[in-house]
Amino acid sequence: MENRKAGKRMRLLKTYAPLYLLTIPGLLYLLINNYLPMLGLVIAFKDVNFSKGILGSDWIGFKNFEYLFKTSDAYVITRNTILYNSAFIVLNLIVAVGVAILLNEIRSKLMARFYQSVVLLPYLISMVIVSYLGYAVLSMDTGFLNKTVLPLFGMDEIAWYNEPKYWPYILTFIHTWKGAGFLCVVYLAAIIGIDQEYYEAATLDGASKRQQIRSITLPLIAPVITMMTLLAIGRIFYSDFGLFYQVPMDSGSLFNATNVIDTYVYRGLMQLGDIGMSSAAGMYQSLVGFVLVLLSNYVVRKFNRENALF
Amino acid sequence: MNHNREARAWQWGGHTVLLIYSAACILPFLLLFASSFTDDKVIMQSGYSFFPEKFSLDAYRYLWNESTDILRSYGITILITVAGTAFSLAMTSMLGYPISRRDLPYRHPLAFYVFFTMLFNGGLVPTYFVYTQVFDLKNTLAALLIPGLLLNGFNVLLMRTFFMTTIPPAILESAKIDGAGEIRIFYKIVLPLSLPILATIGLFQGIAYWNDWFNGLIYITNPKLFSLQNILNRIMLDIQFLSTDPALSAQASGSMDLPTASFRMAIVVIGVVPILLAYPFFQKYFVKGIAIGAVKG
Repeated sequence: MENRKAGKRMRLLKTYAPLYLLTIPGLLYLLINNYLPMLGLVIAFKDVNFSKGILGSDWIGFKNFEYLFKTSDAYVITRNTILYNSAFIVLNLIVAVGVAILLNEIRSKLMARFYQSVVLLPYLISMVIVSYLGYAVLSMDTGFLNKTVLPLFGMDEIAWYNEPKYWPYILTFIHTWKGAGFLCVVYLAAIIGIDQEYYEAATLDGASKRQQIRSITLPLIAPVITMMTLLAIGRIFYSDFGLFYQVPMDSGSLFNATNVIDTYVYRGLMQLGDIGMSSAAGMYQSLVGFVLVLLSNYVVRKFNRENALF
Repeated sequence: MNHNREARAWQWGGHTVLLIYSAACILPFLLLFASSFTDDKVIMQSGYSFFPEKFSLDAYRYLWNESTDILRSYGITILITVAGTAFSLAMTSMLGYPISRRDLPYRHPLAFYVFFTMLFNGGLVPTYFVYTQVFDLKNTLAALLIPGLLLNGFNVLLMRTFFMTTIPPAILESAKIDGAGEIRIFYKIVLPLSLPILATIGLFQGIAYWNDWFNGLIYITNPKLFSLQNILNRIMLDIQFLSTDPALSAQASGSMDLPTASFRMAIVVIGVVPILLAYPFFQKYFVKGIAIGAVKG
């Protein structure tokens, strides 16, 4: 009996062996690229000493975390990460939904396609290129703002890359400029999917455009809006490293306004060699980030099972 | 009558807002182009501007003199983009297909193994140590190709969904009856039926590789292995970067001063032009891909 069962299993595995074979490169890659680093999180509990090797370094318990949370850095990077992402989420939502609704109203198909291509343009380029565009506008000596715009209003030049107070606005603007086009396409796809009959019926009843948008368009794309927003909230502990590292040009005097968890971890590891702090901050991000992803998914599930990740 | 007026108002309002938004998206690029053709001394005096007061090709001439590094970085970027996209598509479909088969034993644990990587990750520090200590990728081309970009769980699940919803099991069944093996079925039947999703994921992977500067920033210190984005990245912080190459600066110094301000813009122009030129051709698929991706894998 046992034998026959084992025989059946062997035969089954044999039929499917080619399929399992296909999965090997991908599974191996995820093992190296994703699962090994997860195990590697234990270095946050070590005093990394390269002469002893990473595995041989001494265990120091929660010391790295104690140091991290004693500094003001932990507060600043957490605050910046969450505040920036919150602003991004709200602004992206408003701009993207607004533009999507307008795009849908435009009668000229040619112009609608033109606008859609153009608003996606910033999404297509790398943050390094964005940092150059930013530099052309903000540079102290040659920037468009200092040399052309501010003189128009009789204002003095501003050392943008040394003045932290402007950066929350600059970064929020650039993020929206770069990212809203993407969300806009998502919402536009949802709006196009709405059955035209609703609008025809509403027009017959004499409803104005504004009433139609409020009572048909918005309610019908609400599930997509909720899903995209909750997914973004789930990722509120992660930030766009390029935006915060490249665009302010790694300028030290801006750190108070531009340092987020990702840039902090990067600088600790690559520039300061402070692996303890850096790995502690990284683990803090991984764990809180994980909890937030689970939570937001739980909420998405409450709204709409279909749209939940799991 | 009233409706007509309202409709017209919407058209006007819509076009106005969208024109302003579009201008905001395009103008920075125009500023870049115009400045790269402007005489350096003029820029020093009156800043970057949309209208070149004095036209000049100095920046491009300097670029031409230093073209060895730039051409090499172009070559590296193209190589990595092509190879990365190809490997990525192969591995993504090879993993996505088996877990899409409803008859495959253990397909749920396999799918979870893929899915979990989307929820939790080790972050930069352990990843860096895996790729520098466990595998010695520092200063190799593989460092531009492998870390982070090659395969991601989201694309695998996207592909799985495509296979599950568009490949009729009956076709696979009849191929099997005709005596075709699983691997043969995969590349003779499944892949040709899946060109739309392969094109979409390939496009996004291609853009990701072309634009990537992060791997170069953390794993590459040897300038000979820099991709285009890494060269741009370095020049931003160190305008002398290209001319510090001793062999080159010996020839170049004296013959020409570095037109700093316009050169900065010219180098970005050559970085951004290929993608802008290609954009109209893949625009349609790009828009479709965004909509598919958001609707969920």
